[in-house]
Amino acid sequence: MDVNRREFLKIAGLSTLFGVGVNSVFQLLAPGELEASLSPLKKDRKIQWAIAVDMKKVDDRMLDKAVEACHRYHNVPKIPGHKGLKWIWKEDFEHSFPEQENSYVNEEIEKMHFPLLCNHCDNPPCCRVCPTKATFKREDGIVMMDWHRCIGCRFCMAACPYGSRSFNWGDPRRVMTDEELKKLNPDFPTNMEFPTRTKGVVEKCTFCYDRIDKGKRPICVEVANKIKEQAFIFGNILDPESDIRTVLKERFALRRKPELGTGTNIYYLI
Amino acid sequence: MIQTVFKGSRRYGYWILFLLAIIAVAFGCYLYQFKEGLLITGMNRDVSWGFYIAQFTYLVGIAASGVMVVLPCYLHNYKAFARITVFGEFLAIAAVMMCLLFIFVDIGKPVRMLNVLFYPTPHSILFWDMVVLNVYMLLNIFIGWNVLSAERKGVHYPNWVKVLIYISIPWAFSIHTVTAFIYAGLPGRPYWLTAIMAARFLSSAFCSGPALLILLCLIIRKVTNFDPGKEQIRTLGSIVAYAMLLNVFFFLLELFTAFYSHIPEHMRPLIFLFKGLEGHGRLAPWMWTATIFAFISLVLLVVPQTRRNEDTLLVACISVIIATWIDKGLGLVIGGFTPNPFGGITDYWPTKPEVMISIGVYATGFLVLTLLYKMAVSVKEEVGA
Repeated sequence: MDVNRREFLKIAGLSTLFGVGVNSVFQLLAPGELEASLSPLKKDRKIQWAIAVDMKKVDDRMLDKAVEACHRYHNVPKIPGHKGLKWIWKEDFEHSFPEQENSYVNEEIEKMHFPLLCNHCDNPPCCRVCPTKATFKREDGIVMMDWHRCIGCRFCMAACPYGSRSFNWGDPRRVMTDEELKKLNPDFPTNMEFPTRTKGVVEKCTFCYDRIDKGKRPICVEVANKIKEQAFIFGNILDPESDIRTVLKERFALRRKPELGTGTNIYYLI
Repeated sequence: MIQTVFKGSRRYGYWILFLLAIIAVAFGCYLYQFKEGLLITGMNRDVSWGFYIAQFTYLVGIAASGVMVVLPCYLHNYKAFARITVFGEFLAIAAVMMCLLFIFVDIGKPVRMLNVLFYPTPHSILFWDMVVLNVYMLLNIFIGWNVLSAERKGVHYPNWVKVLIYISIPWAFSIHTVTAFIYAGLPGRPYWLTAIMAARFLSSAFCSGPALLILLCLIIRKVTNFDPGKEQIRTLGSIVAYAMLLNVFFFLLELFTAFYSHIPEHMRPLIFLFKGLEGHGRLAPWMWTATIFAFISLVLLVVPQTRRNEDTLLVACISVIIATWIDKGLGLVIGGFTPNPFGGITDYWPTKPEVMISIGVYATGFLVLTLLYKMAVSVKEEVGA
C-alpha cells in the first residue's frame, strides 16, 4: 500500500483520537472501572492462597466434619435435592475426576472421597463472564462474591467447570419457617456473625476471607487439621518457602481438569 | 400512524383481547415467581439455565433474520423486497423485545438489573449482548418508523436513515454472533465449546426467521387487503431453503467431529439428546421429531415444484420452525448442561408456571407484532400499494 507522510499522519492522528477517546469515555463514565475489569487477567500477584489435601490422611468422618463446620460457619442451609446449596462437599474419584476415567483404577483410590470446593482459579472463568463484577479475584487470589451486586443471571454457574457454585433458587431463610426444612435446619442461622443470603443470588466458597483477614486459616482446614495434623495444608502457593510448596515438591498431586487452563489452587496429594 | 392501531375489525379486537388475557395470566405467574424465586421453575444447580434462556436464544435468531429481507433490498437493490422490508424490521423489534423479557424473567434479582449498566464489564459477553441487542432494537425502530412514515407521505425517506440501514445489516449478524459467544466461550461445556456455534446460530436464524415471515405474509394476505406478493414469498422460500441446508449441514459437521474423534465428552451430550444416557432420555423423542421435520422441510424446500407451491411451502416453513425450535429452544441449553461437570445427569423439565410465563412473553411479543403490523398494513392499504 502506498501511504505518504500526510496520509500516515492523518491515520495516526485519527487512531490516537479514537484510542484516547474510548479510554477517556470510560474514565469519565466509570473511573477506574476499565483497569478493575482487567484485574482477573493480572498475573503479578504476591499471594495466592491454596490448599493441598493429603488424601493419605483424609477419611469420610473428617470430611463430614469439615463440610458441617463450613456450612454452619457460613449459614449454608441443608436443602435436599438438586436445588440445594453447598460450598464444600465430598465426591468419589470417578465424579471428582471424570476425565481420569479408568476401568482398572487402584482399589484404594476408587473408595476414596475427595473434598470438592471452589478452586480459586488463577484464571477464573466465572470472573471473566460476570456482567457486573459481582464475582472477582482479590489481590490475595481469593475468588470472591459480592452478594449485594449479583443480579442472579447465573452466567458464572454455566462458566464454572467444577460445579462449585450454588444458586439461591428460593429464599434460604425459608428453612426457618418451612416445616420439612426446619427439621433439617433446627438452629438456622447457625452463625450470627456471618450474613445469610437472599433469594436470587449465587454463592460459593469464599476461602473464609474474613478469617484469613484476621490471620486465621479457613474453617475446613482448621477442623480437618484438628482431627489429623497437616491433613489440609493451607498456604501461599507463590511463596517458595511455604509448607504447601514443600509438600508439592515431595508428593505427586492431582488437580481437577487441569487441561482447561483455569489454574486451580486445590491440590489432592495421592 | 399510531392512531391506526386503535381501529380495526372485530376479529382484530378479539385477537388483541385474547393476547391480553394470556398476558394477564402469565403476569400472575410472574408475580408468583417474583415472590418465591426461581424455585418454581424446573432449573437446578446442574441445569442452571433452562426454558427461558433457550427461548431467548431462539428469538435472537428470529430478530437477526430481519436482515434477510433488508440485505437483498438495500445492498443488492432487489426492489421486490422493498414492499416487505418493514415487516422484517417490525418482526425484529418484537423478537428483541421478547429476548429482553426472557432475560428479565430469568434473572434472580430483577430489581438489580441496572447493575449491568452501573458496572459495565467489557470482559463479559453478556454485557456486549445487552449492548448489541438494545442498539439493534433502536436501529429497527428508527428505520422501520421513518421508512414507513415516508411511504405514507409518498416521499423518499431521509438520507440519514440510509446510514442506519447500512449499519443495521452487519449489526444483525453481530447480535447472533455475540449470543453464540455466550455459549461457545465456556470451558467445560463440550456441547457448546465449538467454533461453528455462531455459524450454526446464524444459519438456523436465517431459515427460521424468514420461514416465520412467510407465515406472517400469508396471514397478512388472508386477513387484510394488502398482498405482500407472490414473488416476495417465493424469494423468501429460496432463502429458507439455502439457510436450512446450511443449518443441517453444520449440525452434521458437529456429529462428525464428535463421533469420528470418539472423544467421550463430545459424544455424550449428543447421545443424551438423541438416545438418552443412564435412563434419562426425555429429550430423545423431541430430538427425533426435530430430525423428521428437518427432513420433511428439506425435501419440500429442495424440490422446486413444492418450494414454489405456496401450500407445500407453508408446510415446509412450519416444519422448519418446529425443527429449529426444538434444536435451539430445548436441545441446545439442556444438552449443554448435560452431563454435568461430574459426569452425572440431572433431569430438567420446565414446570407449568415456567411454561406459562414463557407463553406470556410470547404473547407480549405477538401483541407488539400485531400492533406494529397493523400500523404497517394500514399505511400500505392507505397508499394502495
